[in-house]
This record gives sequence, structure tokens and C-alpha cells, in this order.
Amino acid sequence: MMMSFEAVIRLVGGLQETELRHWIAERWVLPESGAEGYVFAEVDVARVQLIHELRYELAIDEEAMPVVLQLLDQVYTLRRRLRVTLEAIDAQPPEIRAAIRARCGAEE
Amino acid sequence: MAVRDPYEVLGVKKEATEDEIRTAYRKLAKKHHPDLNPGNKEAEARFKEIAAAYDLLSDKDKRARFDRGEIDASGAERPEHAYSRYRGFAEGAPGERYEFHSAEGMAPEDLDDLFAFFGRGQRGGGPGRGGGPVRMRGADLHFALTVDFLTAINGAKQRLQLAPERSLEVTIPAGVRDGQILRLKGQGGAGLNEGPPGDALIEIHVAPHPFFRREGDDVHLDLPVTLAEAVLGGKVTVPTPTGPVSMTIPANSNTGRVLRLKGKGAPRPDGGHGDEYVALRVMLPEGDDAALAAFLRDWAPKHPYDPRRGMSS
Repeated sequence: MMMSFEAVIRLVGGLQETELRHWIAERWVLPESGAEGYVFAEVDVARVQLIHELRYELAIDEEAMPVVLQLLDQVYTLRRRLRVTLEAIDAQPPEIRAAIRARCGAEE
Repeated sequence: MAVRDPYEVLGVKKEATEDEIRTAYRKLAKKHHPDLNPGNKEAEARFKEIAAAYDLLSDKDKRARFDRGEIDASGAERPEHAYSRYRGFAEGAPGERYEFHSAEGMAPEDLDDLFAFFGRGQRGGGPGRGGGPVRMRGADLHFALTVDFLTAINGAKQRLQLAPERSLEVTIPAGVRDGQILRLKGQGGAGLNEGPPGDALIEIHVAPHPFFRREGDDVHLDLPVTLAEAVLGGKVTVPTPTGPVSMTIPANSNTGRVLRLKGKGAPRPDGGHGDEYVALRVMLPEGDDAALAAFLRDWAPKHPYDPRRGMSS
């Protein structure tokens, strides 16, 4: 489900056009560009809603927002990679899995 | 799950002011917001409770009714609240758009090894670790561009908005496929200490067309035809990605018959073209047609047939 800029403004109650443009300029949200302007994928819409909630319901100010988002992006990037790594470990023969487990346990 | 008293959930007194309630909510929400606590089921459950309590107590009318005992705290749960929606996308492939390295152009040192391990690292561990200014290539910036179906086949120039004040003209090569990535050299992030700029990587998304479908380099189309055209055959005009062409329908063509228009598909990298496949769909005239009905009533088919003969069970 793709959404236009206007549709996102309508969906997120209280969100101003200038504000969303500002978030895009800051690269807090990265919608695609179509022939008729921005196109928001579901992940972008969810991110707009998240930023809006962080900003207004949780009162995180403009200055702190990039820090919050950057940390969030780091956490999710690491989690995605961790998942890929775990899947790769899962695909190994039992003795290798056991060796990895022993090694990870030993470091705890 | 038993629904707890919303005042207790937020940790405020019965006579708390609106401000006090909001402050208490914010404090708890920041701690337990599911998007800020990926993988923590407990935070999610706790947050739902907090949000429900706040929804009830922040609504003057609902709060008064609750205080008078007219409603209880149940049923106040947010049905499908946007909270925790982001996490669902960010944990999976769609979240790659917000991959950490892309925005800032540099990753913390300890992430480097991970990146290299995943085959995306550009610094194999050599330079960058020592002291002194290091020339570093700018980051590749990732963008996505949606093009319409016909543009993808015929090619065009399209403007890509990198930021509200920075746009770039992108040449869409004819025949581009959904998911293909175009690399624009030097259009990415600036390099560090006179290092070369990175590239812009543009992932192409092809929007669907109302009547064409693409399979590889071939284009498929369902073509409605009249009863007369199907029975008697004749010339019809058929849309193709490069404009309408004339096509002959053989007599006695049934629904489902597929005719091929050679070379009317998408261009191929080797210079050739795919084909267009036209599937016929016989359409009856709209509304009543007394003459047609009368004809069929009196009509004795020369070859009586049962189109459902293969379906007897």
C-alpha cells in the first residue's frame, strides 16, 4: 500500500504539511519519489506516525529527535543483522552450532 | 487479563490534574514504548495498559463516567494503535531503508566488522583505524523511485527528489524491471577529507498498469471482444506499450485464446524485444437484446456441445 504526501497528512491527525516536509528534508523519513511527488511505503507511514507520537505524545523536542532516531536505526540495523547471523548459525551442522554455543557461553 | 485501575497504572492520585496525568503518562510511555523496546514483549504489554489508562483518563467525559462508576476500565484498549507498528516493519526487510550507515555515511568502528562480514563493507579493516586524517569515500545513498508501467518499458527521464531542495534527473533505461537498481556515480554522500563522493543507488519500483501485465520481457493483456468479432473474426485495434496496432482475430476464437504480437513487449538488454500476448475475452452486449435471444431460442447448434463435460464428478 503506497500513499501520497496528501494521504499521509490526512491520516496522521494534526500533522502539518510544512512539518512533514521538514522531516523529509532532515532525512528523518525517506519516502520514494514518484512522477507526482512523494510516495510513502508502509514503513515510511509507520515512521511518520512514530515521529509524530514521539514529538507530541512523548514530548521529544526537535533537537533530541535526530539522536533518538539515530539510536533507533542503529538498534534495528543491528537486530536485522543479528537475525541474519542467527539464521546462518541455525543452518550449520550440529557440531558447529554446539561449538558456537559453547564459545558464547564461555564469554558470559 | 484483569484490567487494572487506570489511576494505579499511571501511578497518579484520583484527584490528579490533567497535567499530572499527562506527565505521568509521558514518563511511562517513554520507558515502555514498544518501538523503543524491540523484542521486549513485556514492554509491549505494559505499554498497552499505559496507553489504555491514558486514553481513558485524558478524556474528560470518559474519566468522569469512570469516576462515577458508569464504565469500567475494560474495553479501553486501543484497537490497533499506531504504536508498535513501526517496529513490525523495521525488524524486517522494509526497515533496510533506514539502515543505519546510509544516512550518516559512517558507522561506529565496531559495526565495521559486521558490515565487512556481510559483504557490504568498503574498508577491509586496513585504513581508518590509525591516527591522522583519513580520506574516506562518501557513503552510497539509497533511494527508491516509482516509475509508471509504460515509462519502465519505453524509458524516460524522471526527476528524483533527493531532498525538498535537491533533485536529480534520472534517465530510466527502456525495459527496466521492477527491483532493478540504477547506480548514479558520484551522486551520493560527500567524501571525508577530499575522499571521493559515494554513489546514489536508486531502486526502481514499477507501478502496475490498469490493463497490461509484465512477465519478464513479455507483456500480457486481456482483450475484450464482441460476440461477432469472436465468431466471425475481423480486425481490431489492440493497445501495446508503444501505441495501438491492428490485429486480426481469426474466426471462431473463443475466450482464452491467446494471440501473440511479436516484438511488442519490453526491450531486452541484447537489443531484442519481448512479445505481447493478447488473451481474448468474449463479451456479450450490454442490456437485453431481443433479437439475439430469439435467435438463440431457435438456434440448433450444428455441433451440439457441453462445455462442462470435463467437470462431471
